[in-house]
Amino acid sequence: MDSQGPLPSTPASRFDIGLIVNGTSHRLAVDARTTLLDALRDRLHLTGTKRGCDLGQCGACTVLLEGRRINACLTLAVMVHGRAITTIEGIATDGELHPMQTAFVQHDAFQCGYCTPGQIMSAIGLLNESRTTDEATIREHMSGNICRCGAYTNIVAAVRDAAARGS
Amino acid sequence: MNSVVGQPISRVDGPAKVTGHAIYAAEFNLRNMVHAALVHSTIAHGRIDQLDTRDAEQEPGVLAVISHLNAERLPYEPLEKRPPVDPKAGEQLHVFQGPEILFVGQPIAVVIAETVEQARTAAALVQVAYHEQVATTEVRHDRAQPPTEASSKAGRGGGSRGDAEKAFAKAPVKVDMWCSHDREHHNAVEPHATIAEWFGDHLTLYDKSQWVDNVRSEIAHVFGMPAENIRVVSPFVGGAFGSALRTWPHVTIAALAARQVGRAVRLELTRRELYVSVGYRPRTEQHMQLGAEADGRLVAIIQDAVAPTSVYEEYAERTADPVLRTYSCPNVQARYRLAPVNANTPCPMRAPGIATGVMALEIAMDELADGLGMDPIELRLRNYAENDEAKGVPWSSKALRECYQTAADRFLWSRRSAPPRSMRNGRLLIGYGMATAFYPAERAPASVQAILYANDTAVVRTASSDMGPGTYTAMTQLAADTLGLPIERVHFELGDTEMPKAPVHGGSMTLASVGTAVVDACKALMANLPAGEMAEGHGARLRRAGLESLTATGHSEPGDEANKYSSAGFGAVFAEVWVDPDFGTVRVPRIVGAYDVGRVINPKIARSQCLGGMVGGIGMALMEQAEWDARLGRVMNANLAEYLVPVNADVTDLDVTFVRSSDEIFNPLGAKGLAEIALCGVAPAIANAVYHATGKRVRHLPIMPEKLLVD
Repeated sequence: MDSQGPLPSTPASRFDIGLIVNGTSHRLAVDARTTLLDALRDRLHLTGTKRGCDLGQCGACTVLLEGRRINACLTLAVMVHGRAITTIEGIATDGELHPMQTAFVQHDAFQCGYCTPGQIMSAIGLLNESRTTDEATIREHMSGNICRCGAYTNIVAAVRDAAARGS
Repeated sequence: MNSVVGQPISRVDGPAKVTGHAIYAAEFNLRNMVHAALVHSTIAHGRIDQLDTRDAEQEPGVLAVISHLNAERLPYEPLEKRPPVDPKAGEQLHVFQGPEILFVGQPIAVVIAETVEQARTAAALVQVAYHEQVATTEVRHDRAQPPTEASSKAGRGGGSRGDAEKAFAKAPVKVDMWCSHDREHHNAVEPHATIAEWFGDHLTLYDKSQWVDNVRSEIAHVFGMPAENIRVVSPFVGGAFGSALRTWPHVTIAALAARQVGRAVRLELTRRELYVSVGYRPRTEQHMQLGAEADGRLVAIIQDAVAPTSVYEEYAERTADPVLRTYSCPNVQARYRLAPVNANTPCPMRAPGIATGVMALEIAMDELADGLGMDPIELRLRNYAENDEAKGVPWSSKALRECYQTAADRFLWSRRSAPPRSMRNGRLLIGYGMATAFYPAERAPASVQAILYANDTAVVRTASSDMGPGTYTAMTQLAADTLGLPIERVHFELGDTEMPKAPVHGGSMTLASVGTAVVDACKALMANLPAGEMAEGHGARLRRAGLESLTATGHSEPGDEANKYSSAGFGAVFAEVWVDPDFGTVRVPRIVGAYDVGRVINPKIARSQCLGGMVGGIGMALMEQAEWDARLGRVMNANLAEYLVPVNADVTDLDVTFVRSSDEIFNPLGAKGLAEIALCGVAPAIANAVYHATGKRVRHLPIMPEKLLVD
């Protein structure tokens, strides 16, 4: 596994990079302009990470970079060379849904489902940040994830429920 | 076995959606797929003088740059009968067929390249010189005209009864005001996207669509090809709210590009492009006049609504409907006029026209109640419409009184102190407001195929859609109950033109239309099931008869009930607001809604739809506005940071109740539909609460802080 190796120092429009996605190492030759979002969706065919705006405004592309939530559309793939990314496809274990996924289904925390992977990844990030103590905190720190179907109250209920089960 | 219809079961497509395995239009992984990026006009009116694509063509990976200079001539055959989702008059935008420019953002070229980065970079290198002409970028009331006969026949031209002008002149109590809401964009989180792939003279489209059958028929006409040579696939739609009803120009562009380069082409619109590509709720200005007796009984309602349409199509809405049908009033006149502007054509957005008309009427009713010193609920009860007075027929069902009562009780309306600006919490001003919700119920023909297998499973399919309201789940429940199978054994499929025809997934009519056909198909299966022992399962009967499977089709369509009765959903929406008197900021700590939507098939998912409507209403009331620069003919805030939509922190306590109701006159399921009524009434309830909190009547939505600060 050499995905931790340094990037070439000479300017180039294409780079060979390594990405560790959901624990699996991938080697990719990417355009310097390729975002992490496009690398995930179009190169690794992990389309659970959604494109909503490409401007860091909607949160649909939220993934975890070493446990912290980031917008994959504002992250160039070359920036995360050798680093560990977790996407919606990587949080269930042995076919068992993550408690956050289960809570989202039970509380009907979505309608069309398109913002849902980003909401769930953001909510897991929130758990890591210990920001699930009360509803107002959850609402504030989940406000980077737009749900145009308007499932916000159910999202808050799901996050609270999953947080309670986890503690 | 217990019935699952009426039970709050979780979405059957929930696991696919929470694991990222639900596949949306842009996510189909086709071999050798290439990518498209659009070039748009930067002027509002004129012609392209020169279009230089040389630099773009030199970019690495570029396969083609297509514009009016080299695009194939497309026949754009007229449709024999326009689909209900298309404007009734005018002509759809023809892409790359000539140099004429009709609005900013009109697609003028497309670049196809191996990667999306290459396509976008090359698109930015296309050089365009224009011959600019004077553009119309503002709605001029003096130039606004009533819709053409074609629109009027479709119920979009206003209406009248009695002599409203005379009755208004004589009325002892009057309201006379102008109100408006700004242009709103659907802004579903999933951008519109199309993947096109040709196999000889056959075309497959993976498209974001609320109506795959219509995409097929429209593209067939655009390309002058047989509809049966086109397949349209759309299993999941990431929200649409009306933006995916029509077949937009980008679908044609994807198909055109794929044919030209001989590869599968993906065209994914950017967020900014959505503001010029897929329509919007048009800013509508309304003059409202109410005349009443001293006891509150309405004697006259006059509405004059003016909205923009494009210069190439006449998009008209049913803005007059609420004024004509919500209350009992002998004299009503509803005028609706349109003014063409150099912009892309507006389109339906959740409760098109109705939400607009309800807003004006319900703000006016609040003003009337205030002027009379009467409780707003009491005023509405005094004008309760026992019949649909516009059509002169009874309602097939109406439980609006129960809605008022239920919502008022749950809201604790009795705690409201009537005078404006009389309730406070510390330095915050508190307001309570309410509004009636109304949305007509309709249905359309639908067909369904149901297959029962010898292993005791069933597949039920129709070319419908599920943009979020739970079609997959509700249809699975209906099929499971009718077949006597557990829901785990029923698989419902939709969103493919290979399936039996379904009506458009819009107008709140999917459940009443498709659901009835699902039950019909499943009943037909049961009727054809081979005889067997009482306790014997379906599969065992099939096996004994030597059958691997049994197939049946079902159909439903409206009967003559639509002539004898009027059908509609009703509701009452109550909102509380907290207004900061120094900053003009408005918070909505709670909304309570009670709805008569007929029989509820899945209360969990139905509730979610109403929650979503409340959130949409908060946006309409307080945030959503496309900022139109008339000098340029352009939306200046075409992104999700500057076009504000409600986020999680904007929403607190939402309370939804469905009153006891079932409308089996309207359809055998008793369901009236609820997607659109969930939005209606929310914005005026909030606007009325803001007035109650502040004593300041803001009649032009959204109610931004500056409107409360300026006198």
